[in-house]
Amino acid sequence: MLNYIIRRLLIALPSLLGISLVLFTVLALAPGDPFEELANNPNVPPEVRMALRAQFGLDDPIWQRYVSWLSSMLQGDWGFSFVSRIDVDTLIGQRIGVTIAVIGMSQVVALLVALPVGVLAAVKPYSWFDRIASTVAFIGFSLPTFFTGVLFILLFSVQLGWLPFVYRADLSSTGWQWWVDQFKQSIMPIMVLGLFQAASWMRYVRSAVLDVIRLDYVTTARSKGLGERAVINKHVVRNALIPVVTLVALQMPAVFGGAIVTEQIFRIPGIGSLLIDAILRNDTPVIMAVTFVFSCLVIFFNLVADVLYGWLDPRISYR
Amino acid sequence: MAGSTPASATADPVDNSAAGRAPGRPKPAGSPLGGPGGVPAARGAPGLWAEAWKRFKRHRLAYWSLWLLGALVAAVLLGPLFYKVGINEVDFSSKLASPSWQHPMGTDDLGRDILARVLYGGRISLAVGLAAMLMAVTVGVFIGAVAGMARGWVDAALMWVTDLFLSLPQLPLLLLLIFLFREPLKAAFGLEIGIFILIVVVIGGFRWMPVARLVRAQFFSLREKEFVEAARALGASTPRQVVRHILPNSLGPVIVAGTIDIAAAIIAESTLSFLGLGFPPDVPTWGRILYDGRDYMDLAMHWALFPGIAIFLTVLTINFIGDGLRDALDPRRVL
Repeated sequence: MLNYIIRRLLIALPSLLGISLVLFTVLALAPGDPFEELANNPNVPPEVRMALRAQFGLDDPIWQRYVSWLSSMLQGDWGFSFVSRIDVDTLIGQRIGVTIAVIGMSQVVALLVALPVGVLAAVKPYSWFDRIASTVAFIGFSLPTFFTGVLFILLFSVQLGWLPFVYRADLSSTGWQWWVDQFKQSIMPIMVLGLFQAASWMRYVRSAVLDVIRLDYVTTARSKGLGERAVINKHVVRNALIPVVTLVALQMPAVFGGAIVTEQIFRIPGIGSLLIDAILRNDTPVIMAVTFVFSCLVIFFNLVADVLYGWLDPRISYR
Repeated sequence: MAGSTPASATADPVDNSAAGRAPGRPKPAGSPLGGPGGVPAARGAPGLWAEAWKRFKRHRLAYWSLWLLGALVAAVLLGPLFYKVGINEVDFSSKLASPSWQHPMGTDDLGRDILARVLYGGRISLAVGLAAMLMAVTVGVFIGAVAGMARGWVDAALMWVTDLFLSLPQLPLLLLLIFLFREPLKAAFGLEIGIFILIVVVIGGFRWMPVARLVRAQFFSLREKEFVEAARALGASTPRQVVRHILPNSLGPVIVAGTIDIAAAIIAESTLSFLGLGFPPDVPTWGRILYDGRDYMDLAMHWALFPGIAIFLTVLTINFIGDGLRDALDPRRVL
């Protein structure tokens, strides 16, 4: 197993390099000069500007700039924010926890909804339950997250007044009340993201279970007298999950996209809203770093999916 | 593992309910389904498209979605001819008015008519969706075809790039690209055209991967089929084999993926507008109206609601149509 994980890690490295290459190319191709302001400043002579360019390596050949950019990215030297004047890594460090928590919780919600519903729908295909669940799932993933978020706020915050619609990082309450408040302010973003995920996962689970449930070994398990529950839980679901894990991993980039939108709607102080703020304020170092962090997260979750894959399907580990 | 399975599995997550409802119905005889290599179907027998249409109509939801989407498109295209209210007619005396006969969707905080703005925004959303889909399908078919025909290291390299693009965090990169290239394109092509090109290219540039995978998988199986071998034996050049024989037979899944891509592109454009990074604020796209309206939800919920419903209905109907097309265009599916 360890061997497998190491091998997967080694495969992940080229993707990370590729992503960093894409990021750097985008940045290098982009028009605009960081010293543009100096060029318009009559008090700065052109020689000073040229010297600064040389000092910061802007005149170096492009591969050299890429290598030095990559090495400082890897060493955690991400520069400092133009706007808030603090190091980018501390800025991201302050905010990444909330993002991970919201994304993680929403994935748990999605799993808790999609797995049972998908399995139940597939066990009795074309029943009423299946039809309703499939239609609801179809509607669910046709609803963009920003619209569901707005609808949730409209219903639960504006009409019913049950939940706050702005997420606050500095809750004043303590003890039990803190947990209650935290729950109340997190439930809507988590549900928006989680239910959207659940809608598409449910379709994957359903079709995967439908594929597996017709196989001979399931019939064998039934005919040797196993109860239906054991057949479904132990024989069908585990094998049906293998393709589902792949599809879920492929969806990870979309999950992070959804997280950016939800953070923006509910004003959650995570790295998604940090990215939007940075873009609106032209804060290039923060933009680059956050995009890089998102890329790393996507690759990390792909890696987790690969490891899960190896655990679900023991044949893979020995290959 | 990273072969063609994920792409095709994504394309077929829902077992069609139409096939389940009509089991064991004999397939009409004498319909060669287009025949091998794009040879037109035998005269007299129902043609390829008539057959597909018949199957499409069986998917009740897809059929009704087609009508609903048609009505939406007609309203967006023709509506402004009949509903002559300017999108920028400011009227402070009736600001934030609820829906009424005078303003069927109410007004915003400047008293501008929301129906007029939604109709105008629909044109942009649909245009972006179609153009981005065309871009994604063109790139995807090209890359998939090259990878499928070339095999060897070209295929490996192209598939590595495809996998890389699949694991890129799309929305952050989309935002990054728009942030970096917005100003120069605005200067080069003018405000609206520049942003339109940028958004279409960027969204299309992140949606081609599933198409490329589908096309590659199709090419792998089709290029070994007898009819292609026959064409090869008759001396058809590789481009001719591809264009006349292989490509027409791999179009079914591409059409389905393209349909779904329109919906995805519309969502992507609305998301960008919703984040305030799409079209400029004075261009009322659906996402932008929703974004502007969300601060007034307690006073005027119609403002955010109507553009949201427009996005939802468009995306839902397109997705249903894609689902119906999947049933209709799969020749292996026996009714």
